[in-house]
Amino acid sequence: MITMPLLTRRFGKIKPTSIKDYMAHEGYEAFKKALLMDRIEVIEEIEQSRIRGRGGAGFPAHIKLIALAKEKATPKYVICNADEGEPGNFKDRHLMEHDPHAVIEGMLIAAYATRATHGVIYIRGEYQHAMDLMRQAVEAAYQENLLGDNILGQGITFDIEVRSGAGSYVCGEEFALLESLEGKAGRTRVKPPFPTEKGLFGKPTLINNVETFANYPVIIDMTGAAYAKIGTPSSTGTKLISLSGNVKNKGVYEVPFGVPIRTIINELGGGVEKGRQLKMVQLGGACGPIIPEYMLDMIVDFDRFEEFESKTGAGAIIVIDDRYDFFELLHNISHFFAHESCGKCIPCREGNLQLIKTIEKFMNRKATEKDLSALESQARVMHYTSLCGLGQTAPTAIISMLYFFRGVFLQRIEDSQMEVSS
Amino acid sequence: MIQITINNRVIEAKEHTTILNIAKQNNIHIPTLCYYPDLDIKSDCRICVVEIVGQKGLVTACSTTAREGLEIRTNSPRVLNARKTITELILSNHDANCTACVRNMRCELQSLANRLGIDVNRFEDVHEPKPVDDSSPSLVRDMNRCIKCGRCVDVCRSVQGCSVLDIMGRGHDVTVSTAYGKPLREVFCTYCGQCSSVCPVGAIMEKDDTDVVWGALHDAQKHVIVQIAPAIRVSLGEELGLHFGGIVTGKLIAALKMLGFSRVFDTNFTADLTIIEEGHELIKRLEEGKNLPVITSCCPGWINYVEHQYPEIIHHLSSCKSPQQMFGALAKTYYAQREKINPDDIFVVSIMPCTAKKFEASRPEMSVNGKDPDVNAVLTTRELAKMVKQMGIDFDSLKEEKFDKPDEVTSGAAAIFGTTGGVMEAALRTVVEILNHQPLDNIEFETVRGMTGFKEAEVMIGDQPIKVAVVHTLGHAKAIAEQVKNGTSPYAFIEVMACPGGCVGGGGQPYGTTEEVVRERIHSIYSIDRLTRIRKSHDNAAVSNLYSQYLGEPNGEMAHKLLHTHYTNKRR
Repeated sequence: MITMPLLTRRFGKIKPTSIKDYMAHEGYEAFKKALLMDRIEVIEEIEQSRIRGRGGAGFPAHIKLIALAKEKATPKYVICNADEGEPGNFKDRHLMEHDPHAVIEGMLIAAYATRATHGVIYIRGEYQHAMDLMRQAVEAAYQENLLGDNILGQGITFDIEVRSGAGSYVCGEEFALLESLEGKAGRTRVKPPFPTEKGLFGKPTLINNVETFANYPVIIDMTGAAYAKIGTPSSTGTKLISLSGNVKNKGVYEVPFGVPIRTIINELGGGVEKGRQLKMVQLGGACGPIIPEYMLDMIVDFDRFEEFESKTGAGAIIVIDDRYDFFELLHNISHFFAHESCGKCIPCREGNLQLIKTIEKFMNRKATEKDLSALESQARVMHYTSLCGLGQTAPTAIISMLYFFRGVFLQRIEDSQMEVSS
Repeated sequence: MIQITINNRVIEAKEHTTILNIAKQNNIHIPTLCYYPDLDIKSDCRICVVEIVGQKGLVTACSTTAREGLEIRTNSPRVLNARKTITELILSNHDANCTACVRNMRCELQSLANRLGIDVNRFEDVHEPKPVDDSSPSLVRDMNRCIKCGRCVDVCRSVQGCSVLDIMGRGHDVTVSTAYGKPLREVFCTYCGQCSSVCPVGAIMEKDDTDVVWGALHDAQKHVIVQIAPAIRVSLGEELGLHFGGIVTGKLIAALKMLGFSRVFDTNFTADLTIIEEGHELIKRLEEGKNLPVITSCCPGWINYVEHQYPEIIHHLSSCKSPQQMFGALAKTYYAQREKINPDDIFVVSIMPCTAKKFEASRPEMSVNGKDPDVNAVLTTRELAKMVKQMGIDFDSLKEEKFDKPDEVTSGAAAIFGTTGGVMEAALRTVVEILNHQPLDNIEFETVRGMTGFKEAEVMIGDQPIKVAVVHTLGHAKAIAEQVKNGTSPYAFIEVMACPGGCVGGGGQPYGTTEEVVRERIHSIYSIDRLTRIRKSHDNAAVSNLYSQYLGEPNGEMAHKLLHTHYTNKRR
């Protein structure tokens, strides 16, 4: 079996809104187990699991937990980042729609371990259904005294509020998310301080992805040591993969880290349509690198992905077949980022528009070698100097394309010159 | 202490210091654009990026705190390329018609581009023309030049507590805007002009009245006279290449005469007059126990703030006109009679450290004949410097001159009007002496001096202690206004100045005004006071003469007609 159902083990077997169903399938048992442990032991389990954040950056999860636990200021916040706006990603929605209580349980474990009292689930505005289910689940958890005051008679308090995003992509970036929650425009902040020091309303805050939270009950349940055996040495556990694009079986798949991308595309996705050729694959979403067919034996692994100077742990695989033109694709991606840039820092605000302008020159066969070098230099500057992840990763597709498909750019320059001279 | 290396140089530095500050202390230049010493760190522009050896991305020097052992490169090829690219990106969306810009040759963006050696921009010009907002008599906003650094937004929100400006839109459409993009005249702008002072480019500037003044100077029919505010003589030199805070009174008078002004007068004279009027008003209100605390009214930014946001406390404001307007009213009446000149032919110019003074002069209340403004034109320190340059005057080599008679006598009390705490101290020197019927032992009220935002002091009137307060910046003024509004203010007399440090830090002062510079100017102001023979307004014989010859009694009928005004609830 390629897949490994840990997070998805209850999918389809329970009614997502039924807390009874969830409890009948070991639901909230991990939280109850955690309550019997010392807070520090809970964090130690998570440290031993070596789980890395599932939102995309792949930051070791326990470091944030330790940082939050150490903070003295109150109240402390635990925020679930469910603003899944990255094109090609839909695994968080899938998770929330099939097993919302797993997310709540994960937040409870984190809150217990860090003495946080306030929780927020910030859900992408477009995810209306997931939001409804999540609200119902929270309500049910209150009914069962799993949220609120004196939870399960243990003298701990934790409240969860479900909040809706308003359609801005950048609000998935943690600082912009905090600004948004504070009622301000979604623009990132200067860091440091990091959220664990000064987060929501200046208070210590833990921000994790939906999938990260859903992993905490699994870890507590099976122990960190057992969890660490799954996957690869640098990337433990399983990963929810959002498989989309020109592939037969699109969907969310849970696989252990270490599975080759080719296997996911062909064996789970059923490959590309008959008569079509796989041309390229974009990893992670619009912000991820585009790789050629011969790179598909690469395994799903944080460190391997980082070799492309990209952070693609969110786990999207977008398959693109031979119907699509390289430059049209880049144009589309650049438009997306130009539209979603918050406009705070210059490399991102002005840079994305200029990327479009240069790509248009390639599309219109008006490009020169100067444009190529300008494109390359500008993309790198954006990557190195932008204030937040949006600007830093907006040019990733271009940078990777320049690396793997340089010939395509050179060919287009040659075509441009031919057209001028003819 | 920590040890780091910058460009292979080993440097000892204090812990918790930013890379930018460490570099500055060691004379290593890192260019900046959105950074401004007294404002929040924004790290929006990314110009100050540096390389930390071993780190993939570049970091901004303004926002990154140095840690032990860091190896920093401030000018590696990667860093220089990044700065150049970012600057080109800014210029690709900027109205770079530099010669037609108020900041030409003194623009932070222009000098950055020059320093980085940008002679050709690789990027397409994507700038789209936007309308210019010149709706107000004080400030002009030209968003074609704006680079969205956020300094103006920050100073308006964090320092002035007004939030008239904010960043609007997103991505490439981001712009600095008033609420709903309304013209400045239709929002709660106090015209303090701090935004124009911190803007690195020419996107916010004072409304240029130099042409109006040139027109009057070149009109043979007009008798053009000028008054200069207390804070100009310690700041103008900076705009003309001299050191910070230098006292240039004599050269300033000489320059004004060369520009063609018929008479050069000192606003300090009407500052003394203000103390007499305001002092008597305070005494009267203290005796009656009515409308206390009295709050000063010299600062037009503060007046606008009250009229817009705290109309409930209008009756606490002193009804005295500001020294500028007292001068204007007297020029068109007393002076016209004395000199036998038709008041309609007198053109009064004032040189002010302030953009709100332009608005103040345009108020309908500020007209003795009911049709023409008493003060015909107001120039900021920067505009005056511009005229001096236009005239080709070598300022530094000018021979010092004196104010025109007979109003050259002014007190040290008037001189300190230019700094926070100055009006308070000047008033106390007079009021305490009058009420206690004996000379003060010490006329220097140290407790109301200095850059603390909110200062208070207690003075004894007879055996009664009286509490007074001094605030500067509208951010601090808000707290005072709230107290007065709630009736919880324990003070009898309050001085408010809208700008940091008072008028020396005014919105019309030379570019590059920071707290450090303001301190230098304040230092100079107090030394003028110490060097002045007369140090109390009521000892100024010229002022006494004016009362005996023309005005009658302080707060009397004539004084009220010419020297007092009223305020309006302008809350929308």
